[in-house]
Amino acid sequence: NRWRKLRFLLLFNRQGKLRLQKWFVPTSDRERKKVIRDMIMLVLPRQPRTCNFLRWKDLKIVYKRYASLYFCAGLEEQDNELLALEVLHRYVELLDKYFGNVCELDIIFNFEKAYFILDEFLMGGEVLETSKFAVNVSMEQADTLQE
Amino acid sequence: MPAVSKGDGMRGLAVFISDIRNCKSKEAEIKRINKELANIRSKFKGDKALDGYSKKKYVCKLLFIFLLGHDIDFGHMEAVNLLSSNKYTEKQIGYLFISVLVNSNSELIRLINNAIKNDLSSRNPTFMCLALHCIANVGSREMAEAFASEIPRILVAGDTMDSVKQSAALCLLRLYKTSPDLVLMGEWTSRVVHLLNDQHMGVVTAAISLITCLSQKNPDEFKTCVSLAVSRLSRIVSSASTDLQDYTYYFVPAPWLSCKLLRLLQCYPPPEDGAVKGRLVECLETILNKAQEPPKSKKVQHSNAKNAILFEAISLIIHYDSEPNLLVRACNQLGQFLQHRETNLRYLALESMCTLASSEFSHEAVKTHIETVINALKTERDVSVRQRAADLLYAMCDRSNAKQIVAEMLSYLETADYSIREEMVLKVAILAEKYAVDYSWYVDTILNLIRIAGDYVSEEVWYRVIQIVINRDDVQGYAAKTVFEALQAPACHENMVKVGGYILGEFGNLIAGDPRSSPLVQFNLLHSKFHLCSVPTRALLLSAYIKFINLFPETKATIQEVLRCDSQIRNSDVELQQRAVEYLKLSSIASTDVLATVLEEMPPFPERESSILAKLKKKKGPGAVSVTELEDSKRESGELNGAGERGPDPSVMAASNASTPSPSADLLGIRSAAPVSNAPASAGSLLVDVFSEAGPAASSGAVNDDGFLRFVCKNNGVLFENQLLQIGIKSEYRQNLGRMYLFYGNKTSVQFASFTTTVSCPGELQSHLNVQSKPVEPLVEGGAQIQQVLNIECLTDFSDAPLLNIKFRYGGALQNLTLKLPVTINKFFQPTEMASQDFFQRWKQLSQPQQEAQKIFKANHSMDTEVIKAKLLGLGMALLDNVDPNPENYVCAGVIQTKSQQVGCLLRLEPNAQAQMYRLTLRCSKDSVSKRLCELLAQQF
Repeated sequence: NRWRKLRFLLLFNRQGKLRLQKWFVPTSDRERKKVIRDMIMLVLPRQPRTCNFLRWKDLKIVYKRYASLYFCAGLEEQDNELLALEVLHRYVELLDKYFGNVCELDIIFNFEKAYFILDEFLMGGEVLETSKFAVNVSMEQADTLQE
Repeated sequence: MPAVSKGDGMRGLAVFISDIRNCKSKEAEIKRINKELANIRSKFKGDKALDGYSKKKYVCKLLFIFLLGHDIDFGHMEAVNLLSSNKYTEKQIGYLFISVLVNSNSELIRLINNAIKNDLSSRNPTFMCLALHCIANVGSREMAEAFASEIPRILVAGDTMDSVKQSAALCLLRLYKTSPDLVLMGEWTSRVVHLLNDQHMGVVTAAISLITCLSQKNPDEFKTCVSLAVSRLSRIVSSASTDLQDYTYYFVPAPWLSCKLLRLLQCYPPPEDGAVKGRLVECLETILNKAQEPPKSKKVQHSNAKNAILFEAISLIIHYDSEPNLLVRACNQLGQFLQHRETNLRYLALESMCTLASSEFSHEAVKTHIETVINALKTERDVSVRQRAADLLYAMCDRSNAKQIVAEMLSYLETADYSIREEMVLKVAILAEKYAVDYSWYVDTILNLIRIAGDYVSEEVWYRVIQIVINRDDVQGYAAKTVFEALQAPACHENMVKVGGYILGEFGNLIAGDPRSSPLVQFNLLHSKFHLCSVPTRALLLSAYIKFINLFPETKATIQEVLRCDSQIRNSDVELQQRAVEYLKLSSIASTDVLATVLEEMPPFPERESSILAKLKKKKGPGAVSVTELEDSKRESGELNGAGERGPDPSVMAASNASTPSPSADLLGIRSAAPVSNAPASAGSLLVDVFSEAGPAASSGAVNDDGFLRFVCKNNGVLFENQLLQIGIKSEYRQNLGRMYLFYGNKTSVQFASFTTTVSCPGELQSHLNVQSKPVEPLVEGGAQIQQVLNIECLTDFSDAPLLNIKFRYGGALQNLTLKLPVTINKFFQPTEMASQDFFQRWKQLSQPQQEAQKIFKANHSMDTEVIKAKLLGLGMALLDNVDPNPENYVCAGVIQTKSQQVGCLLRLEPNAQAQMYRLTLRCSKDSVSKRLCELLAQQF
């Protein structure tokens, strides 16, 4: 009775400021706050070049740092950690492709775009479209549709 | 302000974000936000109608404020208005706001659902995708009700765009997870399965997640997906790295799809069709071969994607557990990774090897890596990797290497990270007990454990060492000597004092011959620790002292002196004072005979499942330990090491502790000179023994159901035991199927002849439950154990239990015994996780009076939260946190899987600690189930 999926995805910076949060299963506000706090406390003090995987309660935690931002995902027991690492990487690539040399400021000032890109890529914690090309096409379409 | 806005820049939003970023303090930020909130509120309330752009901008600002961590209590209506805008970006912001912020405000949901309905029927693919995303993000029951029947249609319709199909598949999956009862695949099943053949890789990738989930629930209906998945996988695995164009990720063809296919196959046993199986084995071999090829890129993404597939393939190989050749290859591959320079790979290799260690084919191969793993435990820089190494050592431990592994774990404990010490301590304690050949090694290990990591040694651990010492007279003298030496240390841990006090109180006489450990030396040693200890330890020491008076009359005067002094007899702690007073009185008025009876040596404890194991299971959650347990049953051919009983039971321990269960009982005990210390510990087994002694031909044929109720919340343990025979059970259940292993142990030294067992389903039960068994060997040698496997299938819900009849000849007399087999309806539960709102909504839906069963009853056992939780988890339902507004209450949800139907069940247990009462309420979609569960459970707490 295990579902294969991400349970949450968080982006926070080195100062522990949360930049993006996405919950793929119903999570109460209190629980969310606790998860966010615990993840930041767990991940920030870790030394560089240590392993990208952790255990937290019954979840597998996969995180990776890109410049000033940490991308951190919570997975279920059956999930594949390496693949989750590449989900994070693919998301970074998609952001990068869209913004061009993406940096933390892009995500702060265009947080809604960061959510939209994520939605093109993942749904309910499952990979929706792995093709970079296809995701970008739909993002570009959306931008031209605005008028 | 950086010009970073892209697409449709909203200048006002960018200015606001900059302002917030420029705030020097939290107060300034709050001030700025409040100003903005007031501004937005006035705009929304103003007379002038806002244009779409402004509405979008303000809604977006509200969203930003919410994401900063502030509460938002307005703007929902404006967001809903945006949904019906014709402009894509306005609609998109509206949906985003709803996805992030909406709760099940029913009025709003209706409006949202309307907008979604319009977009779904718009035939505009981008609008349809937005709507599907919103459904998946919110995923509430109301949405499932509104759209669960529509989405499968969109998914399989011939004219649906690929991108919409992808969204529809995952959206449906999301709804299925929260409301499986509403998503009825029926007629769509085969068309959904055939999406595996779709031309578009994206569609296959999305659809396969849905198919995997549906297959887990309805494996039979989706069986055809196996061959389709194998051929798809085979095409990908054999394709060149450029064939799949954009679905090739860093030279790895379709890694996501490959992993999902391998995962789907893990829902099924190995394919029966020889050709399909051959093709699959070929794929797995190719994947293993590719791991040895030089990388096509130096990028870590390449190796990650490639290895992700490899690990998934290894998982499948482990899942099949039937191809020794592949298992050994997998193990060797992981062995290579153990020494890889990438930390991630070392971590994952350790993790996967843990599961490999439980397969009989690969257990030995895993063991060959022991030195590498020990080295990892010692030298890895990263604590999470060391943790995995410790787990693997635990999993690969068996009789042959237990001493080495335990020694390594102990020495690691000296420097181990605080975060993992407690778990390490439990593991060492379990291994030491499980593989103890000579018990002096066991005692040494546990005392070392207390010395090295005393703070992390829980009560279960030291209770257990005492139970074992008391039950094994060959180790008592050694234990006494060892604790005596350990107590010599100037600073020793309080847990050491507890163990020392207890053991010397019982067995100090065994070392009293040596003048260096004469009675008085022993007493003085113990008493020198007294003042540093906490109240419970002091109480234990006082009991040890009174036991000393019995063991060594020459210490009586000294000890009475101690008991008599003000700090004892007038101690402000009631318990200590009472013990001092009573023990003093006891020692002065009771005759030596009475004293000897009252303070007699502890009788052996009944064998029971190690409470430590129970604790570790609780710590790790279900699943983590069962692997090693399973491994035991496999490898050691059904030796019942967890002679499972009630689990942790400190109360017995405390009560029998030097015969001071409660003040009144104590006094009574003196007057009647009853052997108080005998009663509590062995009460359970005593009755059975007396019974069987009364009639060795206990041949009545009456049904014995003593054991039955103890198995409602657990699957393993001893079902029955008398002087001749012990019957142990291990059982496992999946969906509506179960398998039960029965172990018949001949406790005598004489052969049992004509041993036959029959399982029957009396009366109506036949049509509800199908139980099949193989006959057993007719001869059971003295001291031997034989095993029998029962296959159980639940056809429909049931109330009675199948009967097990056992007949055999022992020394000429025919023995005939009938037991109720603990197969209860709750064994077929699948836990269901759900959020509070969903729970109560379902609760309301099950409101017909006959669907509910309720009982109010007195607590029969400890009302300790952990104990109750463990029982509820053992019941098989999901224990839901943060659902009931009263945190004292427990609520659970689950679905009973029978062949003919699924029965949804909700449970609520309300304890009243003051009155020592419970109220238990069950609501199930079938009334007979509510009733039966209620009966079963009312006797568990």
